[in-house]
Amino acid sequence: MTNRPRLETRAEPIIELIIRLCGISAIIFVFGIFFFVFREGADFLFRELDLFEFFTSPEWYPTSVSNKRYGVLALIAGTASVTILAMVIAVPFGLGAAIFVSEFCSPKLKETFKIVIELLAAIPSVVWGFIGLTIMNELIIDLFNAPIGLTVLNGGIILALMSVPIIVSIGEDALKAVPDSYREAAEALGATRWQVVYKVLLPAAKNGLLAAVLLGVARAIGETMAVLMATGHAVQIPHGVLDSVRTLTATIAAELGEAPVHSDHYQVLFLIGVLLFSITFVVNLTADLIVKGIRQK
Amino acid sequence: MFSNSPFKQNTMVLVYLAVAFAILVAGCGQKSEETPTSSSGKSVIQNAGSDTMVNLAQSWAEEYAAINSSVSVEVSGGGSGTGIAALINGTVDIANCSRLMKPGEVQRATSNTGMTPQKFVVGYDALAVYVHKDNPLKQISLGQLGEIYGEGGKTTKWSQLGIKHPACPNDEIIRVSRQSNSGTYHYFREAILGKKRDFKLGSRDLHGSKDVVELVGRTPCAIGYSGMGYATEHVKKLKIAKKAGATGYEPSVETALNGTYPIARPLYMYSLGEPTGEVKKYIEWIYSDFGQKIVETSGYVPLPQDERGMAKTQ
Repeated sequence: MTNRPRLETRAEPIIELIIRLCGISAIIFVFGIFFFVFREGADFLFRELDLFEFFTSPEWYPTSVSNKRYGVLALIAGTASVTILAMVIAVPFGLGAAIFVSEFCSPKLKETFKIVIELLAAIPSVVWGFIGLTIMNELIIDLFNAPIGLTVLNGGIILALMSVPIIVSIGEDALKAVPDSYREAAEALGATRWQVVYKVLLPAAKNGLLAAVLLGVARAIGETMAVLMATGHAVQIPHGVLDSVRTLTATIAAELGEAPVHSDHYQVLFLIGVLLFSITFVVNLTADLIVKGIRQK
Repeated sequence: MFSNSPFKQNTMVLVYLAVAFAILVAGCGQKSEETPTSSSGKSVIQNAGSDTMVNLAQSWAEEYAAINSSVSVEVSGGGSGTGIAALINGTVDIANCSRLMKPGEVQRATSNTGMTPQKFVVGYDALAVYVHKDNPLKQISLGQLGEIYGEGGKTTKWSQLGIKHPACPNDEIIRVSRQSNSGTYHYFREAILGKKRDFKLGSRDLHGSKDVVELVGRTPCAIGYSGMGYATEHVKKLKIAKKAGATGYEPSVETALNGTYPIARPLYMYSLGEPTGEVKKYIEWIYSDFGQKIVETSGYVPLPQDERGMAKTQ
């Protein structure tokens, strides 16, 4: 072997630098986004926002002439109810489908399935919202005898349908990553297929599956257009799945366009953005801690 | 050359990032220049705003393109508030509004662009109150609407209005409203609830005039308000009475113009400063018989002869 060409030795540190930059950029961007969003809202936060009212009042009257009130409790309740319902539906379906695709179905069927699931993931959210607004609305009115179909249930189902493809594809990857030797060992011990899945694969792929579910949750919390159209966009605390709600994201989307720049209303909307950011941060942090807890066992 | 010390490399990285960010931030901070009205020889008039007027504005733009091919009018909706916000930023030539600009908005537009917004009344709209076509209700008074929509209002059931609504078994009134960037929302609030009172929370706040009618048409228990031009065969327009027990009037060109229909309002176009050139010609054309004919065919109320013309409306 001869000496390396000069160019290569020169290029090496540059490439290293670029890769390092890529690695750090994610962190910088996250903090940068948080900083800029926070900065837009900070003035109002420190000036006159009553934080107690902000979190405990369901009265959202940002454009009232006589008495402006900024309470986001109803919006938080809206986001929470729709997300929880979506996960109740999507997690069993998504994980079940992931197990089926990865363990039980024939290779040919598997290809078809994956294509179809990817297709499901590629449907734009506004199309989902449209389905919610038209088809699901009438279906829910007819099936449940409800006065209106734009409800938590509608939004939850739509969001579930949107997060299932994510849960399936990431969950399936997690299951695929479990070495075949595990399966072979379990089968050699006389385990049935279900026992292999239940006793060996699920514990082995736990972290990956959790990540799949959490990405689904993040998708559900962050989704805007579909829930804006499907949940009815009504500021109230829901008493059941057949009530209309409004979510945090939908409120920002609907109102930011008209709020005069740097007005109180505008700044409160940015604070809602900070709130959303914090919620997803807490969700991810909890997940991390859970995963670490699992590892230590 | 590159040093091997990791500390130095890190500082280098930070420097690069700082520079990159500075450039980004500077880019974001710059105010966009006023849009040029001319690109590739063809003049472009940017026209945005009221969702109530978007169909009308679109028809105007299409007809105008047919007679004057050197100008293209680009229309978008989004709500009166959105149009005004764009006018304040100087990104549109004409903002469509279904409400007046607030003094604060006029002031911001003036200080931001250096030009005072000019108002033109280009037609009238009667705001219709829609219910599902199977709803037996025929007439409603402004007071009743206030009790249904207003904060603290007591009316939540159809039976409280003295009717039995067979298509709506649980009797609940589903209020359909508009988002707060809508001029229709502001007009309705002022006309029905007065200057001080707010809407009752929990209404379904939809994004567009058409969406309201669409949803009411699909929801037997619903009531909603929207421009009268958006009526479909699935909904019914209620007659509106000024007081309980008084005669109710259906929204139409006549009742809107003679003042018997209580919730009719002017439709405005705002330009930045005194309009000139193509924008001026466009607004003049809108005041022509042909332009006003389009107002009528789009389902709105054309201006009476003596109110037409740019000078007369200011």
